[in-house]
Amino acid sequence: MNRALQSYAGRLEQLALSHGLDYYPVQFEEVPSSFMMEVAVYGLPVRMPHWSFGVRYIYQLVQHRMGHSRLFEVVFPGNPGRAYLAGNNSLQENTLVTAHVLGHADFAKNNSLFKRSQEQVGYRIVEQAAAHARQIGAAVEQYGQTRVEQVLDAALALEAHIEPFQSLRRERYPYYVDAPRPPHESGFQKRFDNLPGNEAAADAPLERVRAPIPAAPERDLLWLIAEYAPELEEWERDVFRAVREESFYFYPVFACQIMNEGWASYWHARLLREADFLPHNEYLDALKTHSDVVRPHAAEQQASLATNPYHLGFSIWESIVAEHGLERAFQIRTEDDDFSFVRNHLTQELAEELKLFRYERKADGAVRVLDHDIHALRETVLAPKYNFGAPAVLAKHIANDGSLTLFHEHETDGRGLDLERAERVLDYLHKVWRRPIRLETVDSAGQSRTLSRAAP
Amino acid sequence: MAGSSGFVDPSGSGRAWYDLFSRGARDWLRHNDKVRAAVRDKLPELIAGSELLPSADRTVQVPVHFLEHARLRLRDADQSEGVGQGAGKPGDQLVQPGDGATSKGAGGNEEGGYQFILELKIDDIVDWLWEELKLPNLKVKSGAVQFDDYTREGWSRRGVRSRLDRRRSLKEALKRRAVQDEGPSFTNDDLRYRQLAMRRRPATEAVVYFAMDVSSSMTEHDRKLAKTFFFWVVQGLRRQYTHLEAVFVAHTVEAWEFPEQEFFQVSGSGGTVASTAFKKVLEIATQRYEPSRFNTYVFYASDGANFHNDREAAQAALQELGAVANYIGYVETASVAQQPLQSETALLFEQLEAETGAAGRHALSSPESVWDAIRAFFARPVETEG
Repeated sequence: MNRALQSYAGRLEQLALSHGLDYYPVQFEEVPSSFMMEVAVYGLPVRMPHWSFGVRYIYQLVQHRMGHSRLFEVVFPGNPGRAYLAGNNSLQENTLVTAHVLGHADFAKNNSLFKRSQEQVGYRIVEQAAAHARQIGAAVEQYGQTRVEQVLDAALALEAHIEPFQSLRRERYPYYVDAPRPPHESGFQKRFDNLPGNEAAADAPLERVRAPIPAAPERDLLWLIAEYAPELEEWERDVFRAVREESFYFYPVFACQIMNEGWASYWHARLLREADFLPHNEYLDALKTHSDVVRPHAAEQQASLATNPYHLGFSIWESIVAEHGLERAFQIRTEDDDFSFVRNHLTQELAEELKLFRYERKADGAVRVLDHDIHALRETVLAPKYNFGAPAVLAKHIANDGSLTLFHEHETDGRGLDLERAERVLDYLHKVWRRPIRLETVDSAGQSRTLSRAAP
Repeated sequence: MAGSSGFVDPSGSGRAWYDLFSRGARDWLRHNDKVRAAVRDKLPELIAGSELLPSADRTVQVPVHFLEHARLRLRDADQSEGVGQGAGKPGDQLVQPGDGATSKGAGGNEEGGYQFILELKIDDIVDWLWEELKLPNLKVKSGAVQFDDYTREGWSRRGVRSRLDRRRSLKEALKRRAVQDEGPSFTNDDLRYRQLAMRRRPATEAVVYFAMDVSSSMTEHDRKLAKTFFFWVVQGLRRQYTHLEAVFVAHTVEAWEFPEQEFFQVSGSGGTVASTAFKKVLEIATQRYEPSRFNTYVFYASDGANFHNDREAAQAALQELGAVANYIGYVETASVAQQPLQSETALLFEQLEAETGAAGRHALSSPESVWDAIRAFFARPVETEG
């Protein structure tokens, strides 16, 4: 590890602390770019084995070879936080990356979604994921690749189907509930109930009946399967629980991406600007890296059909600090997620300055600019972020014979499921549920469609 | 308070843990195994492809897509909206309809897109296909060929652990303790190991005749089916049996013997006189492969349109053949599958089957049926009489 970087890092930390950044200690580690690539694929340094990661790995490898992607750093929240720096970063790049990491570390300690997820999942996600990987490796040893893969196929396919606002360790549904109180609207029934000497009968406890499962439509399919699948073995339930725990960890990373990347970019820019201990050349080089990372996808005159979350977040934070001051910015970083952040702070003026526009893409590939309407812009930016990016598929009912009914809230999502993929996911689920299973959605004509599998 | 942020040097303790193996490569290999298994399940359809036949390097290349791990997702919208950045006024057309260059990408990762080429060795395919297939009615007949093999012979006091004969060792210990009063329960001297010795043994020999009708009535399609069938049978039998002679005969109104290479290229024209082929096989059998020493198999492919006036001759030759052959199989090529087979030739074989029981018929109507035919002939339980 470069001595110059160590000394810069110490002084950048001093600077960060003096501005009020607040974070758990961060362990920096320089790693080869092959390692960075695997982290990008798995989302975690060591994660459970599954063939689908292998496919993503090859894509990443091809992209990397073609020079499309370059990763400077990865940060894992926790206490201590962990930051992996790519081994081929230059000193200037690493200086910037160190400052960037401090921004992330502050965000991860203070943002309420991150805080909540760490309180539940724990502060050592890297080690926990490695433990899950070991757990699954042991299951492969004991039960064989085919059986473990069958469970993982289903669990990972439902990765996004959790309910992050429920607790990670949820109570099971109640077994019994009060039977619905008999109606006594009619005047006679009421007078009869109120006859003298009848008080005891009126107050008699209601009959208890078996509670329906789920009590209300259930979004957390990973939990429902782990706890209520009629024929899963305990180790199989544990696989579902492991996948669910990792999903809880990933949720804030997903739901705060614009804010979090913007915040880290804001701080690396600011810390570098104020780092008078940096030699001038190094500052300029680091600044160049900054502008490479935090830049709109479009060059000067061109229009780009995507927005760079780093750039968008960075710009919003700059305007917040300029308008409301640092104190308010700290408060927003604590309280918001991307939804409230974009809705509250992506202003009309900022959108104009950033030249954001809304476009429409037709099935034939034609793309037309729609408008600059700020409300529509915000919602279009946020649209892919709802519900962990997955369609709203909920469990409706588990019948006495253990058959499961899932339904797709197609009205919320605006259209039906991709039926071919839904069929295949249903195949995965059928192999773990092992009882009849149905999935209700609509087809392209808006007609309701029920996909189903009979008992195996 | 950020007390102890700092740099970690994992290489301080030798090699870093993440260098030990690549998780991505491990999962990629697993993916490839799955693809291979999927290809294997579809082999019957694949082997039907004619391009499998003339293989110089004995490999088959199969283009396959990456497997996709399905997730629930919304069906592609007729139109989608997004946010872009840059100069753009409402109504500007940024991409013209049908301009596919930029129309992808917004829909997320197009993982179904890439293809890769899976190279399969013919030997592997044969391994997969023939795992449980055997020649029917194979009998032990002592032929000219002898081969060396290890046979178990006697015991030795020294040997490798895996050859330890426990029962024998225990007996030795019992014998010793019968004369020793206070001997230990086991000593090293009690141990006995099985011994192996190289001995020459007669091999069971087999000859397989492949006879094909190449007359004008056999269309290009028919011939390809027949040749595909023969090709995979030859490959499979060669894999299964070390000492196997194969004889190739083609006929129109006459019959000729061909070397293997030429047989798969052969084409002819003229009428169909099946008896010539049967007689040719008999001739070769008497001259070179005496049926008393060789297990004799005949597989005949034809479209079934034998000349009427050849009926008696064919029947006679076939009966003579049936008397000496272990098994006679007939595949009939037809563009439309008829079940049961009703052609002139099929009736001859039906008779033969009724008489000897060691004959069979199968239709070859489509490339997929090649595998069914192979299975029909070779998947039957083996009766080895000794």
